Amino acid sequence: YTSHLRIEQHPHEEVPAKKLRLTKPSKSAALHVDLCKASSPTDALQYLLQFARKPVEADSVEGVVRILLEHYYKETDSSVRLKIASLLGLLSKTQGFTPDCIVDDVINTLNSERSHQVLAQLLDTLLVIGTQVPESLNMRHRLIDVACKHLTDTYFGVRNKCLQLFGCLGSVDKPLPRESEGGGTGMAAKDVQSIISDYFGDQDPRVRTAAIKAMLQLHERGMKLQQIIYNQACKLLSDDYEQVRSAAVQMVWVLSQLYPESIVPIPSSNEKIRLVDDSFGKICHMVSDGSWVVRVQAAKLLGSMQQVSPHFLEQTLDKKLMSDLRRKRTAHERAKELYSSGEFSSGRKWADDAPKEKVDTTAVNLIDSGACGAFVHGLEDEMYEVRIAAVEALCALAQSSPSFAEKCLDFLVDMFNDEIEEVRLQSIHVLRQISTHITLREDQLDTVLAVLEDSSRDIREALHELLCYTNVSTKECIQLALLELLKNLTKYPTDRNSVWKCLKFLGSRHPTLVLPIVPELLSTHPYFDTPEPDMDDPAYIAVLVLVFNAAKSCPTMTALFSDHTFRHYAYLRDSLSHLVPPLRLPGRKLTSAPEASGLASSVESAQNFLKESLTRVCSVQQLDAPGAQSLLEFTIRDLQRLGELQTELAGTADFCATYLHCQLLLMKALQDKLWSVAVPLYLKQNAMVSGAAAQVLEETYKLEFLYSGLESRQIASIHHVRLQAKALQLVLLARTRRGVEPLLSACEKFLHEVDAFQRLFVTELPHFQDSFVDKLLDIMPRLAGSKPADLVKILQTTLRHSCFPQLKLPEQIRRATAAIIEPTGESDNPLRFTSGLVVALDVDATLEHVQDPQTTVKVQVLYPDGQSHVIQPKPADFRKPGPGRHRLITQVYLSHSAWTEPCQIDVKLLLAYSSSTSRSLGPRSAWNESTEGPTPLESTIEGTIPLSKPVKVFIMPKPARR
Amino acid sequence: MPEIKVTPLGAGQDVGRSCILVSIGGKNIMLDCGMHMGYNDDRRFPDFSYITQNGRLTEFLDCVIISHFHLDHCGALPYMSEMVGYDGPIYMTHPTKAICPILLEDFRKITVDKKGETNFFTSQMIKDCMKKVVPLNLHQTVQVDDELEIKAYYAGHVLGAAMVQIKVGSESVVYTGDYNMTPDRHLGAAWIDKCRPDILISESTYATTIRDSKRCRERDFLKKVHETVERGGKVLIPVFALGRAQELCILLETFWERMNLKAPIYFSTGLTEKANHYYKLFITWTNQKIRKTFVQRNMFEFKHIKAFDRSYADNPGPMVVFATPGMLHAGQSLQIFKKWAGNEKNMVIMPGYCVQGTVGHKLLSGQKKLEMEGRTTLEVKLQVEYMSFSAHADAKGIMQLIRMAEPRNVMLVHGEAKKMEFLKDKIEQEFTGISCFMPANGETTTIPTNPSVPVDISLNLLKREAAFGGPLPDPKKPRTMHGTLIMKDSSLRLVSPEQALKELDLNEHQLRFTCRVQLQDPYSDTDTLSRVYNHLKSVLKGYTVQHLPDGTVMVESIVLKVSSSAEDPNTKVVLLSWSYQVTPGCTIQGSQLPH
Repeated sequence: YTSHLRIEQHPHEEVPAKKLRLTKPSKSAALHVDLCKASSPTDALQYLLQFARKPVEADSVEGVVRILLEHYYKETDSSVRLKIASLLGLLSKTQGFTPDCIVDDVINTLNSERSHQVLAQLLDTLLVIGTQVPESLNMRHRLIDVACKHLTDTYFGVRNKCLQLFGCLGSVDKPLPRESEGGGTGMAAKDVQSIISDYFGDQDPRVRTAAIKAMLQLHERGMKLQQIIYNQACKLLSDDYEQVRSAAVQMVWVLSQLYPESIVPIPSSNEKIRLVDDSFGKICHMVSDGSWVVRVQAAKLLGSMQQVSPHFLEQTLDKKLMSDLRRKRTAHERAKELYSSGEFSSGRKWADDAPKEKVDTTAVNLIDSGACGAFVHGLEDEMYEVRIAAVEALCALAQSSPSFAEKCLDFLVDMFNDEIEEVRLQSIHVLRQISTHITLREDQLDTVLAVLEDSSRDIREALHELLCYTNVSTKECIQLALLELLKNLTKYPTDRNSVWKCLKFLGSRHPTLVLPIVPELLSTHPYFDTPEPDMDDPAYIAVLVLVFNAAKSCPTMTALFSDHTFRHYAYLRDSLSHLVPPLRLPGRKLTSAPEASGLASSVESAQNFLKESLTRVCSVQQLDAPGAQSLLEFTIRDLQRLGELQTELAGTADFCATYLHCQLLLMKALQDKLWSVAVPLYLKQNAMVSGAAAQVLEETYKLEFLYSGLESRQIASIHHVRLQAKALQLVLLARTRRGVEPLLSACEKFLHEVDAFQRLFVTELPHFQDSFVDKLLDIMPRLAGSKPADLVKILQTTLRHSCFPQLKLPEQIRRATAAIIEPTGESDNPLRFTSGLVVALDVDATLEHVQDPQTTVKVQVLYPDGQSHVIQPKPADFRKPGPGRHRLITQVYLSHSAWTEPCQIDVKLLLAYSSSTSRSLGPRSAWNESTEGPTPLESTIEGTIPLSKPVKVFIMPKPARR
Repeated sequence: MPEIKVTPLGAGQDVGRSCILVSIGGKNIMLDCGMHMGYNDDRRFPDFSYITQNGRLTEFLDCVIISHFHLDHCGALPYMSEMVGYDGPIYMTHPTKAICPILLEDFRKITVDKKGETNFFTSQMIKDCMKKVVPLNLHQTVQVDDELEIKAYYAGHVLGAAMVQIKVGSESVVYTGDYNMTPDRHLGAAWIDKCRPDILISESTYATTIRDSKRCRERDFLKKVHETVERGGKVLIPVFALGRAQELCILLETFWERMNLKAPIYFSTGLTEKANHYYKLFITWTNQKIRKTFVQRNMFEFKHIKAFDRSYADNPGPMVVFATPGMLHAGQSLQIFKKWAGNEKNMVIMPGYCVQGTVGHKLLSGQKKLEMEGRTTLEVKLQVEYMSFSAHADAKGIMQLIRMAEPRNVMLVHGEAKKMEFLKDKIEQEFTGISCFMPANGETTTIPTNPSVPVDISLNLLKREAAFGGPLPDPKKPRTMHGTLIMKDSSLRLVSPEQALKELDLNEHQLRFTCRVQLQDPYSDTDTLSRVYNHLKSVLKGYTVQHLPDGTVMVESIVLKVSSSAEDPNTKVVLLSWSYQVTPGCTIQGSQLPH
């Protein structure tokens, strides 16, 4: 009852005073009243909890903090105090509130606090405040002093928080400054690291962990850790608690990266080794730790220790097998030996793994330097997390050491058999990444190829990708690979494209290996004519793809072709031009010669052509209208053709063409004679002009969002065109005269946009000399005050008399494209389902140069009755097979009410955009954050751009049977 | 000196009939109660008469713990409990409890029904025996009685295999049973926490072997089966019903699933089917993959593996058949083998060791013509493959477990003496401070322990002491404190002296030291005293020196009295008295009075 009474007494004196101090009294006052009403600690706690759920405005924070602190002093119940302390921390995170003003109060309360839990919470609050104001050195010193004082607390939580404070706020540059008056506090003179390292031996594991973490935090903030803590860190590796060990592993790793070359002694012997080797051994040891968390940690870190000596590195794959004290060879060694003795693929004999020579018992070291077999253990681990980490680490290490890559090959290939698909997939990817270093032996290839039968599409495709990059050593390997790929093709016909592509690379990589087996592959015979194979057989096409690609760099091969092969070549070169390269064929020189001429030079000349046409367009200003128009038309046509011919420049050429098309449209719309006539008579022209304006707008969105690689200058150009189109619309609106009100608001909107343009592209403005916008901005102050009619008049003249800004091209522009592979749209069998229920349609599409497809790409289904659905695929349905490429494999659910006849629906991909997620980087985003005033219309525009050609799917919803 | 005694009755420098007696802290525990496969006479079972010549075992044993269901670890259980006589608790894990009776029954059938032995335990005895079993959960601490507690850890090896920690007070023993440190397709790896037992009793089957990665073997196995099936051949895999068979099933099943294969896989029925049922139930005892996916699909719910029927053996086309027994010496596996041996497209894969004399052994040693009963010879044309899948820890694994548990001593059992010798050397060499034992059967090893004796301290005393010293009790620095240790009944308490006196109802006695110093001083007693007083006062600055009215001088707690000696009044005797806590250094200096 006492606490109850005490609280009751206060409000009458305090409330009015408070009200004066607060700018927005509502929230804090309500809290205050609530707190005062609270009759018991539980009630108070409830109020506080409720209060915590709602956000507080920046300007009322201080008031709230005062009330909380006041209540804090009065409160006897520690749980309420705890909550208040945590609220203080929460509040000081509020944006726009500078928390330095409450530091003193918190430190004061800290000194009088008895409860350890509350102490810990208060320190946490200080930590929050400290991280909010990282610049203030003075405050940091104060906080560090506070932390020093409480480091000796008996409660682990308090020590934890103190260490955290050290980690986050301890000064990085130098040992703590002596300015704190003559080293009055002995602790302050000591440097942060040694203070923290004293707590490595704390009796509480949580404090030990916090100490290590604080140290790591210091490292992250840029302080160079001292080498002396290495030994302590190593000792902590054998701690009883996993979180300590886990943190210690990180610490050892950090030190090994800092001092890789310093020399440390090996205990129990006189030898010395490099620190990085020593720590590598120790971390390897942790790969067989009892806790899997530590094992994952250790395996991951191993991957980044590239400075380790090759001798140690190779140990990680060697377990030194023995059986009954006899040295035994690993299966890998045996396979290699069998292979080199030419006995590969002979049946296995009983006891061929019998141990050989006797092992010297004294020389066998069962645990010693833990590097021995670390990866063997890691790859065999029970938890797949560890295995994946080990595979990744192997990859990282192999990429920096070719000899290690060679050695780890066998182990990676073994992982293709893992029970978890993720691990298998990962190891295939890893093998692909290191495949530049390795050449597969026949037996290894054999095991790799066995995976081609896997029922998971991802695995198979990853493997195809791997084969594209693989080097093999013999012609038998090629044969083997082809055989397995063909088997794969018959078993999973949907893999067609992927298999062909794989063979394309296989052929172009190993022309000399393919050459001797060509007759066999094409089943030609020196004397007899063989029957002509079926041209539509995917397997035959696969063989041809292999042979043609090999023939590209092996001119003698064509002599082995038979007549029909040449015919098939011509056909395939046309139908599958992306798989079949141009060949120099005997007797067909004329057709093939121009195509075979140096590719590089043609790209260059195309680029030159592009530049020339753009400069030519610049001269458009000087020409009279019809001349300019025809010049533009010609240039657009040229550019479009160029894009088709030169795939490297397709994006750029397309972009230019579209841009110029916009200009052309604008130019046409602004022709003199249209505007000089009285309005009502020329409704038709009006319609034409408004149509043109709308089209220009649409094109600008395509320009902005469909192309990647744009710089802010190009974006400015696009926006400029858009602004012109909008001005045009405004003028049209004025001419139709539907009253002043809509015009007024439209004018205002337009002016906002001009304003926004100016803010957005300040840095680009110099490039827009004499352009529409430049002129507008010159007279902007006058515009803002003028009447709509005047404005329109000004706009009209400016539009007509301003010149086009020159388009400057960036290095590389890529157009986002998409192609739906499946459904093919060729099926004549309608997909039947009961109307009202759903049917799943498998969609498989490739996307090129689409940024962030997970959020932007959508599938649109258009039903014959005009209904359309837009479906957002799951993020997991997107895979990334290569840079700039994405693959969408998803299911689209269709449903409709009953039809009488089977009918076709359109399925296509859309690219959704919204200008707020625009990708122009610097100025735009900064500006977006800072705007608080009127948001321009622009930022709210959202829409979609068709990304792929529509595919027709035959469906037939049947009425449900009753 | 407290000690732990360990006596192997079986499995001492030997494999088979594991049975180890442990006495710890006055408790006797039997670890495993197995039989020896190699013998058919009395040597088959452990020698229980070692424990007691006649009469029941109940009064000598506090509990029996069975590590897993293999017969060399539990085969003698009904014999011991029902025929020798034991009524105490028997501890085993849930899966072991479920599967153990099936195996015992099978074993009984073979020995009694087939071989016609008498004086063997009956089905009823197995049932009665199982009634005495108390099931254990992993990591569950079970109190056998007030002092004895046991805790089971996962051991891999087979379904339900466990390692046990036995603890009395602060003394503890860990018994591993059989364990496996590398995970396989259906079980995880053994794990134990850093429990620092006084002794770790470990199996050492593969004491001198370091094994290759499991993946190569698996891949080889799968490749062979796959190739044969693709060729249209039949594959026979003779297995023992439990353990490895399930692993191979999972392996093939997932492979079939992955590779989209259609050839049928059969499993010969009987014992195995029942056991498979238990594998389905005890999902928590399997490995990560199976545990995580069983909600979608229980991996033991085989999709491709079907029950075998005798008539299927003649079906055309490829197939894979698992059949018992594993050594091809009799039964279904032999029948199928005879049918398929003539075709070189077929294959037999032997997944374990084969005892000499069995068909399996002959096959592995490369014989191409086998003599069958009835003087017929069988020409072996099919391919013979050998594939070892073993589920014991190798030398590295054993070392790893020792590193995990950090025991003070290690004892090796369940292995061959010569191999143990090697491992013993290695352990002593590579772990400093760990001594290693490898007793033979019947040989007792005694390990002195150093148990810590817990003492209750009164809170007041603790607080008082804490107030003197630093703020934190530092476990690494011993500290002295004043207190009284009271041993009453079986409890030990540390209390403050005053409280001890009160509790024990004793009076406090004060101990004082006295000393006489003779002075030659002509003055009267009181004058001498005041002279002494003044002198002390001037000499001992910083001490409280008082002249009390009753004719004494007090320096701190030291009392001075002056009296004239009886013979010579000039000779004054100064009587000094101090309690034992005072060091009287200062007063002695003051005895030279100025004249």
